[in-house]
Amino acid sequence: MSQAFTPTEMMTIAAARALKNDDVCFVGIGAPSAACNVARLTHAPDITLIYESGTIGTAPDVLPLSIGDGELCETAVTTVSVPEMFRYWLQGGRVSIGFLGAAQLDRFGNINTTVIGPYAKPKVRLPGGGGAPEIATSCKEIFITLKQAPRAMVEKIDFYTSFGHGDGYDHRRRLGITTAGPTLLITDLALWKPDPETKEFVVVSLHPGVTRREIEETCGWKPRFAEALAETPPPTELELGTLRDLQERTRKAHAGKGK
Amino acid sequence: MAKFQSLADAVAENLFDGDTVAFEGFTHLIPHAAGHEAIRQGKRDLTLIRMTPDILYDQMIGMGLAKKVIFSYAGNPGVGLLRRMRDAIENGWPRPIETVEHSHAAMANAYEAGAAGLPCAIFRGYKGAGLPAVNPAIKSVTCPFTGEELAAVPAHRPDAAFIHAQKANERGDVLVEGIIGVQKEAALAAKRVVVTVEEIVGDFKGLHPNLCILPHWTVNAIVKVPGGAHPSYTHGYYPRDNAAYLEWDKISADRETFSAWMKQHVLGVGPDVFAERVRNLA
Repeated sequence: MSQAFTPTEMMTIAAARALKNDDVCFVGIGAPSAACNVARLTHAPDITLIYESGTIGTAPDVLPLSIGDGELCETAVTTVSVPEMFRYWLQGGRVSIGFLGAAQLDRFGNINTTVIGPYAKPKVRLPGGGGAPEIATSCKEIFITLKQAPRAMVEKIDFYTSFGHGDGYDHRRRLGITTAGPTLLITDLALWKPDPETKEFVVVSLHPGVTRREIEETCGWKPRFAEALAETPPPTELELGTLRDLQERTRKAHAGKGK
Repeated sequence: MAKFQSLADAVAENLFDGDTVAFEGFTHLIPHAAGHEAIRQGKRDLTLIRMTPDILYDQMIGMGLAKKVIFSYAGNPGVGLLRRMRDAIENGWPRPIETVEHSHAAMANAYEAGAAGLPCAIFRGYKGAGLPAVNPAIKSVTCPFTGEELAAVPAHRPDAAFIHAQKANERGDVLVEGIIGVQKEAALAAKRVVVTVEEIVGDFKGLHPNLCILPHWTVNAIVKVPGGAHPSYTHGYYPRDNAAYLEWDKISADRETFSAWMKQHVLGVGPDVFAERVRNLA
C-alpha cells in the first residue's frame, strides 16, 4: 500500500472499478456520483453518465450537489425533458447500469429510502424513492453502494422503495421483471455479490485490512462469505489522486461565492 | 392570451384557496418568487403537486398553505431532508398534511398525460415496490395487445401551474432552455399558467427552431422577475446558490428560526429583492 486511504475512499474507488468504458449508467446522487465520475476520469473515459434531470452523456468537472446542477447540462451530449428521460431512455431499456445508494438495505438488495418506522406514522420521513423504483427494474443491472452499519444493513427493511431480489431465488421473474437486478454491492468494507441461486448477497472480497469480524459487526443479518474470499486491491495512486482532486474541486465550487 | 402583469396581480388572478397547483422546476428554474408571492397572499388549503418538493415547498408547507402534497422525492437536493415538511408529516405543525407519494416515472408520466388530455398515464413501473400498497391512486392495466400488466396513475390536471423561464417576447411566447424538467408538460396540463421570466425581449428571431417555447396563447400571465428562481438557477443568467441550500438545512431545523427567516426574507419584502440576491453569484 503506497498511501493511506479511508474506507469511504476505498468504497468509491472499488465502485468506480466496476464500471466499464461502454456502460450507460444512470447515476444516483452522493456516493454513486463520485464513483461514476472517478471511473470516467480514470479507466472509462467514454462511459455515458445519465442523471435523472435529463442530462445524457454528461462530464462535470466537479460533483454536482443536486442531480440538476447547471454543469451537468453544459457538459452533456444532450439534455432531454424528464418525461422523455423516464419513458424513452430508462423504460426504453437503454441503460446498462443503475447505480443506487440506500438508507436501509436487506440481504436480497431490496432498498428503503422512504420511511423509518410505519409508513402512516413514520419515525423518520426520508426523501422517498425519486427515480429509484423504476431504475431498479428497468436498468439491465443494479449496483448498490452504502457504508456498512447495523441500522443500514438490516434483516427486514421498513419499506420497499425499490425492489431488489425480493425474497430471493426467482422472485423478480415471478413478478414479470426481466432485468437482472442487484448484481453488486460495494460497501466501505467489502464487495458483495448475490448467490447465483438464492440471490442473497455474499461477501466476495474484503477491502485491505478488513476482517470478517468487522463485516459481521456492521451488518444486521448474519453475513455469508464466499469460499474463495478475495482481497480488494488497494487504491492506486492515480485512483486516489483523481478522487481527491475531484472532491477538492467540488468542495471549493460548493462553498459559494456570494449572497 | 398572455397578460403582462405584476407578480401580485398574476398570483391573485390565477391562484385560489383550495386549488391544486404545481410550482414546477427540476432543480433548475424553480419559481421561488412566485411561490413567495403565494405565501404573502396567504393562500390556503392548496394541494401542491411537484416531483421534487424542495426548499420552496418546505417554505409553503411550513407557512401552512398546503393541505396535501403529491410528490415523488421530498428532499433538499444533495443536502438532506426537508425539515418543515417532515415536521408537518410527523408532528402536524403548523397543520397536518396529507401526502400522496409516487415515483418520478409516475409523476412525469402523469404530467405528460395531463398535457395530452388523457385521463391517466400508463407505463412500466412500480414492480415489486411498496408504494402501490400505500397509494390507492396507483393501479394497473393489462395491455390489450400483449397481455403485459402495466402501471396506471391518474393524469395531473392542476388548476394552476407556475414556472420560471429565461425569457418571453413582447407577444408573450416563452423560451425555456437547459434542464427543462417537466415544465412544458405541467403548463400544458394546467387550466391556468403563470410564467415568471428573467427578461422580456422584442422577438425570438435567430433562435434554434426546436427550442422549447410555450406559445403566448398557452399562457395566462407573464411577469418579469429577474432572479426569480433563486436559490435555484437560470441557465445562462446565474448559477445555483448551493450555499443557500446548505444554509436552509439550519434555518429549517427550528420552528422559530424558520418563522423569523420567513418574516424577514419573504413576508416583509417584494419580488424586486430577487435581482439583488443573484447579483453577486458568479
